[in-house]
Amino acid sequence: MSLQSKIESGQFAVSCEFGPVKGVDLREVKENIEVLKGKVDAANVTDQQSAKMRMSGLVTAALCVQGGLEPIFQMTCRDRNRIALQSDLLGAWALGIKNVLALTGDLPALGDHPQAKGVFDLDSVTLLMAIKSLNEGFDLAGNELKGKPAFFPGAVVKVVSNTAAAEELQIAKLKKKVAAGVKFIQTQAVYEPKTFEQFIKRVEKFKVPVMVGIIPLKTAGFARFMNANIAGIHVPDDLIQKMAAAAKEDREKTGIRIAADLIKAMKPMCQGVHIMAMEWEKKVPEIMALAGL
Amino acid sequence: MIYSEQKNFDEIIAYLEKDNNVFVLGCNGCAQSSDSGGPKQVEEMKQKLEAAGKKVTGAKVIDFLCEKALVKSDLKGRVDQLKAADAVLVLTCGIGVQCVAAALNKKVYPGCNTINRGGIRGEWEGIERCYECGQCLLYHTGGICPLTACTKSLVSGACGGANHGKCEISQDRDCGWELIYERLKERGLLDRLDDLMKPLEHKKIMIRPEMMATPRYGIENPPEVKKPAEEVKVK
Repeated sequence: MSLQSKIESGQFAVSCEFGPVKGVDLREVKENIEVLKGKVDAANVTDQQSAKMRMSGLVTAALCVQGGLEPIFQMTCRDRNRIALQSDLLGAWALGIKNVLALTGDLPALGDHPQAKGVFDLDSVTLLMAIKSLNEGFDLAGNELKGKPAFFPGAVVKVVSNTAAAEELQIAKLKKKVAAGVKFIQTQAVYEPKTFEQFIKRVEKFKVPVMVGIIPLKTAGFARFMNANIAGIHVPDDLIQKMAAAAKEDREKTGIRIAADLIKAMKPMCQGVHIMAMEWEKKVPEIMALAGL
Repeated sequence: MIYSEQKNFDEIIAYLEKDNNVFVLGCNGCAQSSDSGGPKQVEEMKQKLEAAGKKVTGAKVIDFLCEKALVKSDLKGRVDQLKAADAVLVLTCGIGVQCVAAALNKKVYPGCNTINRGGIRGEWEGIERCYECGQCLLYHTGGICPLTACTKSLVSGACGGANHGKCEISQDRDCGWELIYERLKERGLLDRLDDLMKPLEHKKIMIRPEMMATPRYGIENPPEVKKPAEEVKVK
């Protein structure tokens, strides 16, 4: 069953994500596809994540289609103007890619080519408008298309913000994304079910399916690093202490167990889970099994 | 000099849909030279607004709207007129509009678009910056420009990368959209966050050829002197 059918029929959906290779050695990508197909409903293919140059996400998503794993093609507005974005979207449809996740993208200055020009001709909301327009058979300039795609557009939202303004701006932007036709939402990683519950209460009026984000903890240091450096992630002290208290050989198990418990706790509040394994892609089936998915 | 052109009057009237009482501000600096916001244009705007059924509570032209201290001191005698106004319509460049919005606790709307002249023309002292986008968005953003205040120049809202109100690019830079949020909140205009913005029109940002034509350009690029095809013989 496709991600779209699963979400539209109200079933709990599972997605994960991995990045294209930096280089041309496709072995790991193919291994990931083999491990994940038949397990998750779909996998996000990141788009030069953290503004670090890698193989095209479009090509990697097409490899997923060929390999039998349904991709969610992540598209940022950092590297392409509206002409290239729409062109790649039409090409993606031709290659069997149906799910698109619209993102603004990180600043090139923070990536591995800090000299590069950031494009940002569109942003996450206006990219959603472009997808909606293509689905209706017209490009963003209103020109008619020969044949129209039927993309299933998604977007992201940050659940935790550390200023009131940032939180309100997230909600306001989510409202715009809904107005621009978004059909599903994946969240930044959440570690506190109570916080998630409050967030869900605020956004349920938008009636858009939400997939809660999960990043399995690897070490206590990894958790502290995310707290200090990644906007929108807050790992509470008790989880950090659990990781710190685990013996070295038990750390992985502990991290996976915490992830599974979080999924179990938040499953009743939302329509799906998005597992960002960060190089632990092959452990996703184990996390799912422990979470009873 | 910063060049500006008046917005289409329909766009201005749409801004004022819910605001019947308007104070009109012009600028004797660049806007006067641009024929977009000098004394003549302010008077014409006053008449047009009145013809459209608006009440103009006052109108004034200040020497430099890009100087917030001047804005405040020159408007001291007009406090009652400003208080009676629902909104202030500012006929000048994007910097002037942002300075007025920062200086007055009022709804402040741009009456002009600022046009790209292809480079640096001078300096100003304040923090306000204008992108010269030719499609001024300041109505929607509480008088703070999203193109210059946001590192990514996003028109639809914050990207989510800010940490404790600071942009991910540098702890010394505020998140422009958080500034916009705080301003809209302070003025009771948070519903403007729902305005669905169209993608920018880059054609309007590109420099127009005529904007390159300055007296200096003429000196540096003299037109070819055409010699007459045939010398006129003088008898």
